[in-house]
Amino acid sequence: MTAETPADPHGAVTVDARVLAEELAGAEGRAPSADVAEYALWLGDDALILSQQLGAWIARAPELEEDVALANIALDLLGHARALLRYAGTIDGRTEDDLAYWRDEHEFRCAWLFEQPNGDFAQTIARQLAASAYQFELYSALQDSADPTLAAIAAKAVREVEYHRDHAVQWTLRLAGGTDESRRRMIRAVDDVWPYVDELFRDDELIGRLPGVAVEPARLRAPFERVVDAVFAEAALTRPDEFTAAGGGRRGAHFPTLGPLLAEMQVLARRHPGAVW
Amino acid sequence: MTEGRAWAVAAAVPDPEVPVLTIADLGILRDVQETGDRVAVTITPTYSGCPAVDAIRDDLVLALTEAGYADVEVRLTLSPAWSTDWMSDEGRAKLRAYGIAPPGRRAERSGPIPVQLGVACPRCGSLRTREVSRFGSTSCKALYECRACLEPFDHFKVH
Repeated sequence: MTAETPADPHGAVTVDARVLAEELAGAEGRAPSADVAEYALWLGDDALILSQQLGAWIARAPELEEDVALANIALDLLGHARALLRYAGTIDGRTEDDLAYWRDEHEFRCAWLFEQPNGDFAQTIARQLAASAYQFELYSALQDSADPTLAAIAAKAVREVEYHRDHAVQWTLRLAGGTDESRRRMIRAVDDVWPYVDELFRDDELIGRLPGVAVEPARLRAPFERVVDAVFAEAALTRPDEFTAAGGGRRGAHFPTLGPLLAEMQVLARRHPGAVW
Repeated sequence: MTEGRAWAVAAAVPDPEVPVLTIADLGILRDVQETGDRVAVTITPTYSGCPAVDAIRDDLVLALTEAGYADVEVRLTLSPAWSTDWMSDEGRAKLRAYGIAPPGRRAERSGPIPVQLGVACPRCGSLRTREVSRFGSTSCKALYECRACLEPFDHFKVH
C-alpha cells in the first residue's frame, strides 16, 4: 500500500487529531461536559450510520447520477459525524476514529431510523425524507445552542441538509407520481420507514439536563410534520400513524441491522490497528 | 488583517478541485496574522465533508514556507459558515470562463418544495438549460446540460 504508491503531494499527510479538536470553531480548547459529549454522540452516530448506509449505494443506484448524489450526501453526513464525534471525544482524549472504529454496538447512540436497511431505492428515499426533514429542523434549532461548538457545527450542517431534503422531496414526488410500480413501492417504503420516526421526537433525561444547549426533541415534531405533510399532500401519499417501533438507540439497544453494518465498517481498522494511507 | 505579504501569498493558493479559483476567490480564506516570520492562517471549509481542506492546508504551509515564513500555522474555523455569496466577482468571471456556471445569490425560500431558478450556459449564454443531477463531481457542483448548444456543464451550486 505504501512502497509502490507514486509520490502524491497530498498523500503523506497525517493530522494530529488533538490539534484538530482544538481548532474546532467555538471550542476554544474547552472539552464538553459529559452530558454535552453524550448529546454530540447521539447526533454524530445518526450521521455516521446514515453515511455508511448510503455509501453502499455507490455503483448500485438506479442511475449514474444517483450514485453521485448519494455519495455526495454521504460525504456531507460524514463531515457532520467527524465534527460531532471529534468534539465528543475531546472529553476523554478519544479521536473520531477511536469512536467510529473501536466502540461496540451497545456503545453506539444512533436512533433506529438511521439503522433501517437501504431496501429498494424507494425505501432509501423514504428514509432520506424522514432523516433529512428531521435533521433540517434539528440543526436549524441547534444553531442557537448555548454551546458554541454545537452551534457552529449546526450552522454549517443545516444548509447541506436542506439540499439533502430537496433531493428526497423531489424523488418522493417523482416515485409517487411515476409509474404504477414506482408508486406502489413508494407507498410500501413510507409504510416500512415511518414507524421509526417517532423515536426521534421522544424526550429524554439527558435533554432535560441540557437546557439551552440541546434541542428538545418534542418541539421538532410539529415543524417536521408540517414539511412532510406538505410533501405527502403533493405526492398524494398518506402519512402512516398506526404503528410505532420500540426504539432504544439512545440507550444502546439497536435494530438487528446495526451489528453487521458495524462489522463491515470496522473490520479494516480492527484488523490493522493504526493503519494509515 | 487583509493586507501584507503573507496575505498575498496565501490568497494566491489555488483550490485543488477547481484550480482556476484561488482560495481568496472562493471566499474560504478568512484571516492571516503575520508576526515577523510567524504566520497564522484561518480558513473555513466549503462543505462539511470536503476532502480538499487537508490539501489546502498542505498547500498553504508549502507556499508560505517557500515564501520564507519559518512558522506557519493553519487553523480551521466552521463559524461563520461559508456561503457562495463570499465568492468574489472576479472568481465568478473566472469560473464562467473556465466553463463552470457560477452561483447566483442566495434566495429566501417559502416552502419545502424547491423552486429551480434558471442557470445560464457558460458556453453560449442560453437559459434553455436543464439540471441533469443536483449533485456533481464535487460537493460544490451540480450537473447541467444546455439545450441550445447541447453541451453538458457544471454549475457551482448556490450555498
